[in-house]
Amino acid sequence: MSSLGTVWGYRRENGRVGIRNHVVILPLDDLSNSACEKVAYNVKGCKAIPHAYGRLQFGKDLQLFFRTLIGTGANPNVAAVVVIGIEPEWTNIIVDGIAETGKPVAGFSIERFGEFKTVEMASWKAYEFIQWASEQKREEVNLKDVWVSTKCGESDTTSGLASNPTVGNVFDKLVEAGATCSFGETSEITGGEHWCKARAATPEVGEAFMRIFNDYQEMIDRNKTDDLSGSQPTKGNIRGGLTTIEEKALGNLQKIGKKCRYVGCLDKAEAPTGPGLWFMDTSSAAAEAVTLWAAAGFVAHLFPTGQGNIIGNPIEPVIKLSANPLTCSTMKEHIDYDCSAILRGEMTLDQSGDGLLELLKRVCNGRLTAQEILGHEEYVLTKLYESA
Amino acid sequence: MVQFLVHEKADTVGVATVDIKAGEIAKGLYMDTQDPVEVKALQDIPLGHKIALADHAAGGGVTKYGEDIGKVVQDIRPGEHVHTHNLKTRRW
Repeated sequence: MSSLGTVWGYRRENGRVGIRNHVVILPLDDLSNSACEKVAYNVKGCKAIPHAYGRLQFGKDLQLFFRTLIGTGANPNVAAVVVIGIEPEWTNIIVDGIAETGKPVAGFSIERFGEFKTVEMASWKAYEFIQWASEQKREEVNLKDVWVSTKCGESDTTSGLASNPTVGNVFDKLVEAGATCSFGETSEITGGEHWCKARAATPEVGEAFMRIFNDYQEMIDRNKTDDLSGSQPTKGNIRGGLTTIEEKALGNLQKIGKKCRYVGCLDKAEAPTGPGLWFMDTSSAAAEAVTLWAAAGFVAHLFPTGQGNIIGNPIEPVIKLSANPLTCSTMKEHIDYDCSAILRGEMTLDQSGDGLLELLKRVCNGRLTAQEILGHEEYVLTKLYESA
Repeated sequence: MVQFLVHEKADTVGVATVDIKAGEIAKGLYMDTQDPVEVKALQDIPLGHKIALADHAAGGGVTKYGEDIGKVVQDIRPGEHVHTHNLKTRRW
């Protein structure tokens, strides 16, 4: 097994490695966003993560909601968490779930206190947590212990030619070194599902992928009003030269490299149980998908773009790369890694992969990504159906 | 200078890596074999868009990555722009 060297990360109470040290103020529900934002205003260095849901959800949708919120707080990039909800019972479900990691977490509920009193109590706790977190030290850890996810966005034909295969080159190297990596975008494998099935580590895993893939196709067939040509490929994809979902899918799958095989299939926001490449069932909408990987415990995300998707995530740094020279020059502030030299024949894929791997290490060591500097923190929960 | 790239020898389209103008003899490269290829552009092909390398009859397919990427809905000649006006998905 090859070694990819070490980086400076935070070793959390449960042994997992983080590359950021956030103190998160996490609302249980839409009603509690306001209190969380007030706490984050009072206590500098904390980060509120507002979202739109958490009321009257039920069944599988509620399970996914709890898994996503608990996973967000449990992510190793998070040092400590203050949870605020409208009532105590569901608030405590999130608190107890995060507490299993051993990290500091506290919950507050607004009913019978009001927002002013809740914000005051939660601010004192956040004050304590941020001061504690600010003294946590980075230590030398193996790069393979940094969990890395990938998805692409606003792809064009340059994605399939160069930026996606660059990620594929990095994934081949990471997985060979014993790292934990993940890809997904179930709907965007349409037209390349036979390729994806063939890349499973065992026939059983390939069949598990096909079941997830077929379920997603059925969902699309049930709900579609046309051939999806207005949505998938996106208008940006089409402007960039991609014509059909089949073409987009074959380009998309370049991200899983040439050698590595996926060892299992994960449900949305489900954490892997061991090293290797994992398929996760996600939508292909960037913010929804990255939110699910962050909740599954992934701490760094590789995001190739063609036309220039500008997505970020509040806790999982998103590293953007592009091979489109127009995008790299007109949207420079969003792009962390320019690999357009591949298109000019001035750089090989292997060299590009090594360059991206080096950048990944620097981001692990603390270098801020374009998305972090610009404050792009799109936290978008996946909702399976209407609330009750 | 290479003006378009072709993923595989079996592909029937290339991808413009610069803006190609109608009337130009565009120079391309097969990425798998590194063989050169040329085609006269019959239309402007913007950066990232596909240029046909072969005749495609309506009802047939277009090959890219060595795979079928959709059905041809209007005859396409070598050097023409291949996009949503002459190629549609077979899915959904």
